[in-house]
Amino acid sequence: MIKFFLMVNKQGQTRLSRYYEHVEINKRTMLEAEVIKNCLSRSKDECSFIEYKDFKLVYRQYAALFIVVGIDQTENEMAVYELIHNFVEVLDKYFSRVVSETLNPL
Amino acid sequence: MGFNESRRCSVWLKRMPAPIRLRELIRTIRTARTQAEEREMIQKECAAIRSSFREEDNTYRCRNVAKLLYMHMLGYPAHFGQLECLKLIASQKFTDKRIGYLGAMLLLDERQDVHLLMTNCIKNDLNHSTQYVQGLALCTLGCMGSSEMCRDLAGEVEKLLKTSNSYLRKKAALCAVHVIRKVPELMEMFLPATKNLLNEKNHGVLHTSVVLLTEMCERSPDMLAHFRKLVPQLVRILKNLIMSGYSPEHDVSGISDPFLQVRILRLLRILGRNDDDSSEAMNDILAQVATNTETSKNVGNAILYETVLTIMDIKSESGLRVLAINILGRFLLNNDKNIRYVALTSLLKTVQTDHNAVQRHRSTIVDCLKDLDVSIKRRAMELSFALVNGNNVRGMMKELLYFLDSCEPEFKADCASGIFLAAEKYAPSKRWHIDTIMRVLTTAGSYVRDDAVPNLIQLITNSVEMHAYTVQRLYKAILGDYSQQPLVQVASWCIGEYGDLLVSGQCEEEEPIQVTEDEVLDILESVLISNMSASVTRGYALTAIMKLSTRFTCTVNRIKKVVSIYGSSIDVELQQRAVEYNALFKKYDHMRPALLERMPVMEKVTTNGPAEIVQTNGETEPAVLETKPPPSGLQPANQANDLLDLLGGSDITPVIPTAPTNKPAAAGGELLDLLGDLNLTGIPSITAYNKNGLKIDFTFERSNTNPSVTVITIQASNSTELDMTDFVFQAAVPKTFQLQLLSPSSSVIPAFNSGTITQVIKVLNPQKQQLRMRIKLTYNHKGSAMQDLAEVNNFPPQSWQ
Repeated sequence: MIKFFLMVNKQGQTRLSRYYEHVEINKRTMLEAEVIKNCLSRSKDECSFIEYKDFKLVYRQYAALFIVVGIDQTENEMAVYELIHNFVEVLDKYFSRVVSETLNPL
Repeated sequence: MGFNESRRCSVWLKRMPAPIRLRELIRTIRTARTQAEEREMIQKECAAIRSSFREEDNTYRCRNVAKLLYMHMLGYPAHFGQLECLKLIASQKFTDKRIGYLGAMLLLDERQDVHLLMTNCIKNDLNHSTQYVQGLALCTLGCMGSSEMCRDLAGEVEKLLKTSNSYLRKKAALCAVHVIRKVPELMEMFLPATKNLLNEKNHGVLHTSVVLLTEMCERSPDMLAHFRKLVPQLVRILKNLIMSGYSPEHDVSGISDPFLQVRILRLLRILGRNDDDSSEAMNDILAQVATNTETSKNVGNAILYETVLTIMDIKSESGLRVLAINILGRFLLNNDKNIRYVALTSLLKTVQTDHNAVQRHRSTIVDCLKDLDVSIKRRAMELSFALVNGNNVRGMMKELLYFLDSCEPEFKADCASGIFLAAEKYAPSKRWHIDTIMRVLTTAGSYVRDDAVPNLIQLITNSVEMHAYTVQRLYKAILGDYSQQPLVQVASWCIGEYGDLLVSGQCEEEEPIQVTEDEVLDILESVLISNMSASVTRGYALTAIMKLSTRFTCTVNRIKKVVSIYGSSIDVELQQRAVEYNALFKKYDHMRPALLERMPVMEKVTTNGPAEIVQTNGETEPAVLETKPPPSGLQPANQANDLLDLLGGSDITPVIPTAPTNKPAAAGGELLDLLGDLNLTGIPSITAYNKNGLKIDFTFERSNTNPSVTVITIQASNSTELDMTDFVFQAAVPKTFQLQLLSPSSSVIPAFNSGTITQVIKVLNPQKQQLRMRIKLTYNHKGSAMQDLAEVNNFPPQSWQ
């Protein structure tokens, strides 16, 4: 099951967040900060799946933006990895020209 | 100026400026350079939105709620918008409904009473003429519907599940999943509607239907049995997906709808588990998927991964299983780290059942120990431990020791424990075993778990012929560096025990070193003085020095001096020991040689793995004390007779409840639970009797060698102000049980709960009947003889089942 879906930029600002399980609003910001910290500390040689607390994070980087999906043990990590890319392609198709700057103009 | 101007002014004042659009808000917030600036902007906008809500402005409500949702996403509170969302839902305009439902999904859930007001709106919208409105309602219900809402609206959802409109059908299926999760009893209601779900051509409907079927099968074994007949149909759908040519609608990197394929594979897994017929029906398709899927891109590998998981979980034929493991082996060689990670995870799951097949890939797995990725390294380490056996132990240990040297600190503790365990199980020779232990202690000395020290000491004691070699190597190891606590503890203990061998210069295994008694005492004293030594380590060192007083001949006076110095140490533990050892020199010198004699070979305490070590540590402290090596066991008690009791008491073999007795004995099984399962399944203790100030508690342990035996330890305490003397505890059990009462610790229960009498009762319960006991207590109290009978009925079920 997918627990949450986040788009966070390198500076730690949340661009999109969707939680599928209830998380207190103050805990959300903490969670997002920790998650992005974990993702930023990974090098290129490391895999895209991080074990975090009692679930897994699947993340994918697009320029300065990280898309992070939190999943539990029953999900296929690689399928979710593919799903993230699918999502980005859908945004691309729907908004005609999705560039990182459009999502993240700074 | 005049009438017109003033009229224009008043009109302008009455009408507030139109609220800004969402885009403007986002742009404004993005210009904020600090968190404080952003907060300010948001607060200002919130205030504007709040006043706009107060004015009941219908035109701009939608825009304001949209902005509110954005601010909520950034982490700011937005609860005051909840009612507004409801108003938007009730509106007739689609744009309003859209934002209203989105707001409901984000801001409302069953915690707020307000949400129930939505029920009626949703009900109407589910029957709306426009499918998009129906879709919105279904989406929202499926997202945040509470049990009451689901109960009220399940009928509507079920109706929509049977519609021919595929847009609605797929949404209804997902909504049904949520309804079933919230109200499992309603599952039967959806059963008839599922009959035709798989006949759809539309992938959206297919996908959500498979999700619905999966949910139903996971929740109810009856449903599972019922849906097994769908296996042929699922196989057919999967086949079409693989065989069909290019379909632009569903193509992802050359594969047709991989997401649906993965879902179907997962459902097949659930259906085929434990069922021969279904498993047989899917064998062909699984083989086909496994061989035909394109593996150059991640998509193909995702499908292969799911296929492998399915093959391993169902009752597949052996050829298929070997195929699956080979696929995993191939994954391990892949450059993509994601795939390597996934392969290691799956291999870990299958190493139990297909041990030999996984062994074939051992060298690749061992190579993964050198990977840069932390998650991969951890998996590789766990898998390596699972693969160690009698044949490969030497080679594997070399790799693992090298890994221990170079890995991150977070791994060292687990790795060290794993190495100890594997060495214990498969050591080809005692010397190798001790060498390995030495190597671990010197490389990762500070990371070794504290409870490994007693185990090691026991091991060393039991390898009698290696004593000289061991103590020599340990001595050399701490000569240079005595900062690693576990190493120093083990070394001190050994030097204390075998110091005589050390100075005598006898060693068969390697070149003996020339050490004088003074040099040995030098190193032990340095440990005592050093800032790096923990209190426990100091205790070990002091006791070792004491033991050497009987083993060394020329330095007894020096030892006496050291011991008396520590009689005034600030550390209470050290002080107590030193004072008692002093007493041993002065008043009980005749007993000293006997007391400090060489330790006998100890009872082997079976440990099952690192998880086990953690459990016994917390759970069975009294028992561990009895088998713990001398440093605490040999602690001279205040009176000589208590000490003799302790030595005498070591006859009772403590029954350490190896709580996970249902775990497989293979090393792999325990290590798989390395990070998980720390549940202490201790049996709760009970108060069997509590009257007139006398309280008797029962604590339970189940024998791991004989499941019909329960060992009860009774503790009797006295809260009155006078002692209870001549205390005798008697017990009787029903005929089907057998009782054995061991001797009590004493017959006096001191007053004010300052001490207890302990006594062990062993109960044999071959028929596993409910335990009942009648007890009789006799004792003298306040000058009169007391007697009481009582029945104990509150035994916890775990003590006799």
